[in-house]
Amino acid sequence: MTGERVDQIFVVAKHWLLSFLNGAPEWLQPIVSSLINISAVLGVFMALFALISVLERKILGRIQNRYGPNRVGPFGLFQPIADGIKLLIKEDIVPARADKVVHFLAPIMMAVPAILALGVIPYGRNMTAFSIDGGILFFFAVGSATELAVFMAGWGSNNKFSMLGAMRAIAQMVSYELPLIITVLPVVMIVGSLSADAIVQAQAGYSHGFAPRWFVFTPWGAAAFLLFFVSGLVESNRTPFDVPEGESEIVAGHMTEYSGFKYAIFFLAEYFGMFAVSGLAVTLFLGGWHAPLPVLEIIPSYVWFFAKLATLLFVFIWIRGTLPRMRVDHVMNFAWKFMMPMAFTCILAAAVWHYQAHGLGGWLWSLGILLVVYLALSRFLRADKNLSARTYRFAE
Amino acid sequence: MSVAAFISIAILTLAGALAAACLRKLIHAALCLVVAFLGLATFYFFLGAEFVGLVQVFVYVGAVAVLIVFTILLTRREDEDAAGFNWGGVIVAVAVFAGLAWTIMKTPSLSVVAPVIEPLTVKRIGEVLMTNYVWPLQCVGLLLTAALIGALVLVMEEKR
Repeated sequence: MTGERVDQIFVVAKHWLLSFLNGAPEWLQPIVSSLINISAVLGVFMALFALISVLERKILGRIQNRYGPNRVGPFGLFQPIADGIKLLIKEDIVPARADKVVHFLAPIMMAVPAILALGVIPYGRNMTAFSIDGGILFFFAVGSATELAVFMAGWGSNNKFSMLGAMRAIAQMVSYELPLIITVLPVVMIVGSLSADAIVQAQAGYSHGFAPRWFVFTPWGAAAFLLFFVSGLVESNRTPFDVPEGESEIVAGHMTEYSGFKYAIFFLAEYFGMFAVSGLAVTLFLGGWHAPLPVLEIIPSYVWFFAKLATLLFVFIWIRGTLPRMRVDHVMNFAWKFMMPMAFTCILAAAVWHYQAHGLGGWLWSLGILLVVYLALSRFLRADKNLSARTYRFAE
Repeated sequence: MSVAAFISIAILTLAGALAAACLRKLIHAALCLVVAFLGLATFYFFLGAEFVGLVQVFVYVGAVAVLIVFTILLTRREDEDAAGFNWGGVIVAVAVFAGLAWTIMKTPSLSVVAPVIEPLTVKRIGEVLMTNYVWPLQCVGLLLTAALIGALVLVMEEKR
């Protein structure tokens, strides 16, 4: 079957590469195998990073009624190369009073977790670079090291804007890590596994022959997906939650004292973090690499994964072009007063859905629970706000 | 190969721990402690305790290290005021280490050959936690919830 062969083309290619090692010693095999995986993931996402950085500017240009980059190459597509050369040959400025070692290590510490987190996501059938039993836990474990990197950047620069930015970033990352993880729990509960492959497997098949069994099509899954996506926006420091680098207030936050290639690495880490969070959202809620309709299964699995990933990335960019920045205290209040209770409600709703045998009854019950909590929260949170009609005073 | 990896990671872990104890700047010491935490996590991976290793990274690098760093940042003004070498600390540390080493050497578990166990999966841990150890788990949950609420109460009092 040709469809099958196209679907597995990368897996077959890897086995073909490994077959050259047949005479080599036994211990070389796993090392070369993981090296191939690592270079594949790095290569694909570096290319995606280059593409997205120019597409983002194009889309933002479209939203703001201007052209965006259009000088370098056809449609400005070679812009990333020009950017890369510019950043490479720029002078690397290190402040005289900075802590040199910490200042140097911070960008590296920032990029490593983002790249590691990309390893556990299944990109297609049999295409997980680093398939371990606790894949989801691995994702969050390495992701939690990012906070330390932000701190190192802020403290190592010996600049009060850097430190303020780092404080803001860590505060909001710690706060939103909780809803991010708690919204994953219902999926883990229903599937009964922390392995990303098992989670994708659980979303296979179609009910009634056409409706995909993705978790986003259940009430708890939809709510958890939205909460997860918002938390993901915060974790990758994207608008409207980019208060850590609010340029109108604190220059560029923890990246103030970075220039040239170190700045580029921060930029890369931010985008890789965005890819990782979107990839995990696709894996957990949007069915991973599964096709949305049975007839569309002839299209290879990795195409579906990257199509879904691209859609989520587009939404990231769309939000950036549309929404203004939130105030710091509002960001934090939103996390603790709204996101957390809603995330816990998702667990409850998922449990009810599960014990009603995944049927229509459970569907309605979990929708009801979510709606009741949502309405109660929105009422309760508005009560102490004293919202009244604004009065404006104009100069006569 | 695993022996070479074990030795190199052991050296890295010990160097991190030693640096954490000796460096003058407290922030540097805290960051070196992170290296030691990561080294320990790698050892858990070596022993096949994947879950424990991941939780070690998650809790110690993600939470405890950030907590330590912030505690240093928010409490100390002067880093360089520590005068002289802390001999008392060295004596206590050596005594504790000697005591632990002596106890470990005396235990019979060193001579017992470890039985072959099946690899510990996360699923198995979950099952055991939900059946045999459900009450300890609930107690820990209660304790942590109480701690969380307590922290919130401490912070909120300032407003009133």
